[in-house]
Amino acid sequence: MNRYPLWKNILIGLALLWGLIYTLPNFYGEVPAVQVSSAKATLKLEPASVTDRVAAILQGAGIEHDGIFADANSVRARFASTELQLRAKDAIERAFNTDPQDPSYVVALNLLSASPSWLTSIHALPMYLGLDLRGGVHFLLQVDMPGALLKRLDALSGDLRTLMRDKNVRHAGITREGTAVVIRFREAAQREAARSAIQGSTADLQLVDRDDGSEDLKLIATLTPQAQQTMREYAIKQNISTLHNRINELGVAEPVIQQQGAERIVVQLPGVQDVAKAKDILGRTATLEVRMVDDTPGALEQALTGNVPFGTELYRERGRGPLLVKKQVVLTGERLTDAQPGFDGQTNEAAVHLTLDAAGARIFRDLTRENVGKRMAILLIEKGKGEVVTAPVIRTEIGGGRVQISGSMNTVEANDVALLLRAGSLAAPMEIIEERTVGPSLGAENIAKGFHSTLWGFVAIAVFMCIYYAVFGLVSTLALAANLLLLVALLSLLQATLTLPGIAAMALALGMAIDANVLINERIREELRNGVSPQAAIATGYDRAFSTILDSSVTSLIAGIALLVFGSGPVRGFAVVHCLGLLTSMFSAVLVSRMLINLIYGRRRKIDKLAIGQVWKPGNVAGN
Amino acid sequence: MEFFRIKKDIPFMRHALVFNVISLITFLLAVFFLATRGLHLSVEFTGGTLVEVSYSEAAELEPIRQSLAADGYTDVLVQHFGSTRDVLIRLPNREGTDSKGVAERVMATLEKSAGPKAELRRVEFVGPQVGKELASDGAMALLLVVVGIVIYLALRFEWRLGVATIIANLHDVIIILGFFAFFQWEFSLAVLAATLAVLGYSVNESVVVFDRVRETFRKKRNLSTEQVVDHAITSTISRTMITHGSTQMMVLSMLIFGGETLFYFALALTIGICFGIYSSVLVASPLAIWLGVSREQFVKPKKEKEEAVV
Repeated sequence: MNRYPLWKNILIGLALLWGLIYTLPNFYGEVPAVQVSSAKATLKLEPASVTDRVAAILQGAGIEHDGIFADANSVRARFASTELQLRAKDAIERAFNTDPQDPSYVVALNLLSASPSWLTSIHALPMYLGLDLRGGVHFLLQVDMPGALLKRLDALSGDLRTLMRDKNVRHAGITREGTAVVIRFREAAQREAARSAIQGSTADLQLVDRDDGSEDLKLIATLTPQAQQTMREYAIKQNISTLHNRINELGVAEPVIQQQGAERIVVQLPGVQDVAKAKDILGRTATLEVRMVDDTPGALEQALTGNVPFGTELYRERGRGPLLVKKQVVLTGERLTDAQPGFDGQTNEAAVHLTLDAAGARIFRDLTRENVGKRMAILLIEKGKGEVVTAPVIRTEIGGGRVQISGSMNTVEANDVALLLRAGSLAAPMEIIEERTVGPSLGAENIAKGFHSTLWGFVAIAVFMCIYYAVFGLVSTLALAANLLLLVALLSLLQATLTLPGIAAMALALGMAIDANVLINERIREELRNGVSPQAAIATGYDRAFSTILDSSVTSLIAGIALLVFGSGPVRGFAVVHCLGLLTSMFSAVLVSRMLINLIYGRRRKIDKLAIGQVWKPGNVAGN
Repeated sequence: MEFFRIKKDIPFMRHALVFNVISLITFLLAVFFLATRGLHLSVEFTGGTLVEVSYSEAAELEPIRQSLAADGYTDVLVQHFGSTRDVLIRLPNREGTDSKGVAERVMATLEKSAGPKAELRRVEFVGPQVGKELASDGAMALLLVVVGIVIYLALRFEWRLGVATIIANLHDVIIILGFFAFFQWEFSLAVLAATLAVLGYSVNESVVVFDRVRETFRKKRNLSTEQVVDHAITSTISRTMITHGSTQMMVLSMLIFGGETLFYFALALTIGICFGIYSSVLVASPLAIWLGVSREQFVKPKKEKEEAVV
């Protein structure tokens, strides 16, 4: 009765082997590496050719490497020592970035798992260490969604104005009021025409009529809930990709940039200690806007006395005096695909060359055609404050989407402006609402502490179990070890981030996993006490204990899932390990330990006695 | 080796009333301390800035406090963290200031003051809205656990057992919180996780006992409800003690080797384990009896046969 069929034994054996293989990478530690990735959003890194190039460079410089690995966005080379790593970094940097002013690649120092390449090739990767275990900075950024909404509405009112003009609909003004765009009309017929024009061109708007008198008819347009939702998702996505670009400029290895909740972004920069620099790069909420300059005579003088004309705003031009700019945004940085510093071909001044996407190019062409002789302002808006970078006079129609900004810039400024523009603009402003820095020494200490507390706890339990339950205790200990093995393997496979609370959860999972084994062993002892034969005692012991184990695991799992759903950060790290630990403990306590017991006792036909420690029967004081 | 040699069932239920009075008193004390002293919430919940610095030699707290006060920081909490060389500084959020540079300013202040140089170990800044969310998420998690467990136990056993279990275990949770309020230990996210883990863990106890209650009801027909409960507790007591002993060994290991960060986490678990045994055996069971648990609820299909026997 206590035999597993061969297939079951093989299956359990395979599961354990799988666990061993996927746990292995965690033991190899990390070795120094150099990472090469693209510094430009426009430059696609081709892993194959870059790998060959890196190999050739290293060979040329006589630097030995332990393998070159490529993924979609980066190529990394492993080295035996940090000294080799530094030499390699210099060599690669020199070869890849021939122009230090304008680096095309980010060459950064990194750490790479030292596990053999056959493990890496089957995706057996070590667990990812959380910041509390290796040091670095953590930011939680909140995206300003109301701000993004208003921006979208401003852009929409511009679009509507163009639409009305194209369709020859006469209106008496388009303004944004709160979260709605209001279009005024003098005639009901024009309003109907406007309505059908708007409905024909976009499905994002909900239209409502409002009559404030016979001469004042209004059409109120608001964004539909779906459109708002799309806009929110776009804003988050755009901001994440912008952050990616900016952080890439920092050259951080393995940054984490993830969405959290509806409007938050987590940024983790392992190894970075300089918070001020990181914040500076992240916090540059620069957006680019193209607007027309209001050159009406006398208007600027009037504005300077504090009386800014309606529909315009007062800004300063970089290095020059004040400038009156129309509120309407013609073009935003979102239409920009690339920005490069360079020089003006004629004047030899420092300049920034911009490339626009198709839609942007069309808008720009129309704008320049209609406004020859007028001035156009390019504004850089940083942290809510705008500055006119340059305000050139439009001399001719500019087609093809290639634009050059020059004037009153030196090469360093041109570089800065280009970098900011290239890194992309944010769709909505962001604010840091949580910030954490963990020193590297604290990280190493935390690993050691977490490791020791798990180790000594495990040893204590193992010793006790072996003494108290003899052979059955040994089996329980082995099952517990199998549990740990499978848990680590699962976590590695999921590429979960291991944190200190995660290690604590692992220790706790072991403490609780032993419960299942104790339940089984006590049950077997009890059956023996009642005079059941050893073989039958094993069978009933495992069967009876199973329903209890199931119940208690499910109730603990409920708590774990609640933590998973509502927790964030460290609590979630704890919950993941807790839940997985419950699953692996059920497997190991029920199947692995049963298999071992079956292997020990199942083959024998007749057993006098089980080595499960002393079984004391009431009325039989001498023991068994 | 065998620790527990129990000849007869121990009459736990005879003293049920006494235990429940003790429980009620501890519970009320916990509520009292929670109400009067409140929890010493960590910066994760309250929002604010936390700076952990380490000195090469033992640090004096008073000069640090004074120099921070001189730089215009009010309501600053300065305390030793783990050892006398590590210092934890907590600054509340202030209107109008952003996170930017708070830590840098604090470090600059520390730099200016005389004595050994401070090394920055950890900085944590949490905005007030994040803290509020964490608190409400924590409450939601607690509610979800409670409802989930009651439903599961009601399905698997009987609603009476579900309700008795959850009351007993909420009593554990309140007592853990009471300890944290009384001693003004820092209540962090990790402690919250531990508290909820205790809730799941401590339910195990009641489940094991009630599992036995159900089995005994089915097997032995001539016992009264109280005797059944006594028998169930007695026959699982050795398992209860050994399980809790092993878990406590693990937790003890965390308490000793885990350092300051895991200390309160492990402490919450320790209290939870102690009260977990007590409440599941001596609070949940009497409650279940008072709620009217009886054999009929577990052996419905055999009812007719049973009457024939009687």
